[in-house]
Amino acid sequence: SSNEHKLNFKKSKEACLSYIQDALLQKQWKRAAEFLTCYVESLEKDYSREHIGASEMIWRIGTEILWHHSQSNMKEFNCFMEQMKTLGVKRYLKVCLEHVFHLLCNGQIDEAYQNLSLAESWRFGEQTAIQDKEMKLIQAYRGLLDYCSWSKQKNILLEHGEDGFSDLAVEQEMHGYFRKAAVNLKEIIKIPGVWDVFVRCYVDLLEFYGDHNEARQVLNEYAYNSKFPANPNAHVYLYQFLKRQGESKKSLISALKILHDIVPSHELMIDFNTMLQKSKKRKKRRLGLEVIFAALDYAGWKENAKAWSCLARQVKQIVISEKHLDWIKQEWDSRKDWWPAFHFSRYLAKRNWQENKSLSFEKALVAGILLGKDCKYFKYVSHQGCKAQLKRFRMLKKFVTRHNAVYLRISG
Amino acid sequence: RDFNERCVQCSEVNWGLTDGGRFYCRSCHNVTERTREVVNTDFITNSRVQSISKGLKKQEKTDGGCEWYICEGFQLVLKKQVEALEALGVCPQMKDEILCNFWRCYLQKSKQAYCKRPAGETVRALSVCGSSTDVDSDPERPSLLHLLSLSESEGDLQTDCSFASSVSKVSESTSVYSGSVDGSLYLMKNQKEKLRMTMPMTLSFCYMALLWVREPITLSEFLRFVVEGHIPYLNVFQHFPEKMKLCGLDLKIFCVESWPTYEEVFDKMHELAAFLDLPRFPDITESCFLHPDMLCMKYLMEANLPDELHNWTCRVVKKIGIGEVDFLTLMPGNKSRRKVKYDVLATAVIVVVLKLLFLLDDHYEWLLSEFAEERNKNNTEVCMFYSGGPYFEFKKWYEVVKHSLDVEQKKLDEERAKYLWRCEKPLFYSVKNKSKVLKRRQMVVNLQNQFGKLSGSVQRAEKPNPSSFQLRWSEENTDGSCFHGHSLKGVLQEKRGLLTAMNPDYWLCTVKLCNEKLCGHLAHYREVEFPQSYHFVLRLFSFLLRIQPAYIHDEVCMIEHKLFNKKLCKKLKYNTVLRK
Repeated sequence: SSNEHKLNFKKSKEACLSYIQDALLQKQWKRAAEFLTCYVESLEKDYSREHIGASEMIWRIGTEILWHHSQSNMKEFNCFMEQMKTLGVKRYLKVCLEHVFHLLCNGQIDEAYQNLSLAESWRFGEQTAIQDKEMKLIQAYRGLLDYCSWSKQKNILLEHGEDGFSDLAVEQEMHGYFRKAAVNLKEIIKIPGVWDVFVRCYVDLLEFYGDHNEARQVLNEYAYNSKFPANPNAHVYLYQFLKRQGESKKSLISALKILHDIVPSHELMIDFNTMLQKSKKRKKRRLGLEVIFAALDYAGWKENAKAWSCLARQVKQIVISEKHLDWIKQEWDSRKDWWPAFHFSRYLAKRNWQENKSLSFEKALVAGILLGKDCKYFKYVSHQGCKAQLKRFRMLKKFVTRHNAVYLRISG
Repeated sequence: RDFNERCVQCSEVNWGLTDGGRFYCRSCHNVTERTREVVNTDFITNSRVQSISKGLKKQEKTDGGCEWYICEGFQLVLKKQVEALEALGVCPQMKDEILCNFWRCYLQKSKQAYCKRPAGETVRALSVCGSSTDVDSDPERPSLLHLLSLSESEGDLQTDCSFASSVSKVSESTSVYSGSVDGSLYLMKNQKEKLRMTMPMTLSFCYMALLWVREPITLSEFLRFVVEGHIPYLNVFQHFPEKMKLCGLDLKIFCVESWPTYEEVFDKMHELAAFLDLPRFPDITESCFLHPDMLCMKYLMEANLPDELHNWTCRVVKKIGIGEVDFLTLMPGNKSRRKVKYDVLATAVIVVVLKLLFLLDDHYEWLLSEFAEERNKNNTEVCMFYSGGPYFEFKKWYEVVKHSLDVEQKKLDEERAKYLWRCEKPLFYSVKNKSKVLKRRQMVVNLQNQFGKLSGSVQRAEKPNPSSFQLRWSEENTDGSCFHGHSLKGVLQEKRGLLTAMNPDYWLCTVKLCNEKLCGHLAHYREVEFPQSYHFVLRLFSFLLRIQPAYIHDEVCMIEHKLFNKKLCKKLKYNTVLRK
């Protein structure tokens, strides 16, 4: 058992690593560098049994230190990355890619492009096939940079167009970039994954050149192919595209339905509810109510006047029509235990009144209907509103008083 | 190397060795009559080489290497170590008389030299790594992996396996085991019979010699100097001459990547002393540094404890007879007596004395401290001057010492994490991975430079001079952080003309001692089972000695059982708190 405490190479380096970790977490870059200097000799004894080998450690830690250390510069950084590329052939493309990311963060687009091109031309026996995914990413990012160049040329062209010039050279260049970008972007989005940036850029290209069918197909694939990970943004992009294309409400609604299922608190829920409320179909209107209630379950929406106005409008409409009060009852059933404290406390009444009168107005209406005219929130706000002699508050008071019996039926 | 004459032909000093052991000038190839044997100023002649001349194909290696035996390598290691000791001030006889003789004796007993053809050994000519010779394939030859596993040195399985597989790829009949002649043979040898030499054992050799001349250095101190780099150990092989090529299995023998523990070196030393049939060592008397009275003085000072405690440690030492010459002096091969760890023993005595006076039950010592604090408040300077220093307050002492201990421990932990294990001399198992090794080394050096610059002003300081004391307390400090001169008045009382402790109680660390031979310890220390004050004191001394607290705890148990022997025999049935 004395051997447990024996200090050996492995234990010493493990301890060293934990000191590095601490230093990194506390952003003590000098101290981290100090310990890393002692750690690097682990390369000479690569314990390949470890989950993460010494060379990968050094790559990741060294990158962090060089990126943040005040005395480090891009030259040092690049030099280090080049060394790391030679360290592990199995990681070559990954290192290249991360290097490119850093260059991009530093605004060195051209260098990034060069590195990507260089990496693209790399071949290393069977490793090339094994690192196929990384290669696709590299090509995709090069495609992205091509898209940026295309975009730049496009803007130049548009400016010249305004001035009345037509620049053939610029146009040719632009088309060239388009072709390069499109090829690579198209490839990557075939593979299941989260490719928001690539998809957006590709769709942008397609739309510009008028290939709406392809764009629609791409977006549908991205949103609905079950092999792809669930991604709310996919539905958002699709919705925005359909909207741009002037599609029917029906298709817009079906695009947003899934978004509501995945992310009930998404900001597009307001648009969704607005569309649903106006629908002639009863089911859609019912869904609209569900959507707006669900959105307001989230703390981030508490002070969103627009959302409250949507809810208020719909509730008012239902109460006036005296039809479908059961809808409200269904939605309120699961919320009556906690919404009062969550939204309609006296404290909130005061605060909302002070900070945002419109917000308090909408909320008061909802509170008055759901909890009756004697509830804390409504009482306070309507009292304040009437005191301030604001007409709409007087009308609100009348409305709620008249329909006071509703809350009993809802909560019963 | 040692031959510095100018060549008669070309006046250069650039000598090499021929097959026949003659010097030849590398510039003009003039062969001299001088043989290596004559000029060799190593303190042991290479009679081994002479004695095993039959049956060997002496080939001049193509890469300029020579044939060398493992024990020659160890000889060089010992030489370097003893030279370092000399530089530290150890008496010069150690090298030429003591260690030299021990080593000769060892070689003889283990039949590696100074005897007729070693019994039963036929040394097969093993070629240098990479080149091939025709050697009869021997079905009895053990597999390489087996040899690798025999070595005590740690390695990683990956490297071992890749080495093994690279070797087997070459061909059945070639062997590329090691740069030395008998590397593989060395690992094959039955360990029990002949006490095979290892790197940790070199330290045992050194310490044995130090003990023989009764140098004022303890084993823990010696090992600390080794770790601090004053005695070569970790990468000694880089000082081997160019011609002694190290590769393959040699690495397993000479390249260690761990620091040996106190116990390891200690046990080996005793084994060695018995193996060499050494007589009784020179007496350890009262005037000797290693005597508990002396060592207690040292450790009391280092622990910042009052000098007055020394009276008490002497009393305990006398009472249980551990100051006797026969107890302290080493008798090799005497298995009945427990082997004495001088430093651990001394610190354990201090711990027992602290328990006697302060009880250390996390309660009484603080009470005593409060009492002392009161007294100190009321006393004036003049009073203190006449009565010999202020009352010793355990609490103050604890705070001061704990603070320093924590600081030093933290430093030590960081140093351990920052050890550099590798050296410039590249190591490779075989010529095959030489280029890879060199490339890696280059990259390591580059990275060290790059990140070293970013480390800020923290440079690796020069090796501090070795010092005997790790914690220092000065009476001149006006902040009262030195307790040497403090008085134990507050914890003592006079009874029938004798000074005794006010504390009437004592608790035993353990009621029954374990059988050390069976479970390796006299007791099994677990921190949670003991008072924190006790643990703190153990921690303090275990830091100073660089050993685990459990080992000091063992000695404490041993001392207690000697001290309370009579009472224990009578009252084994009762609980652990006994009245003195």
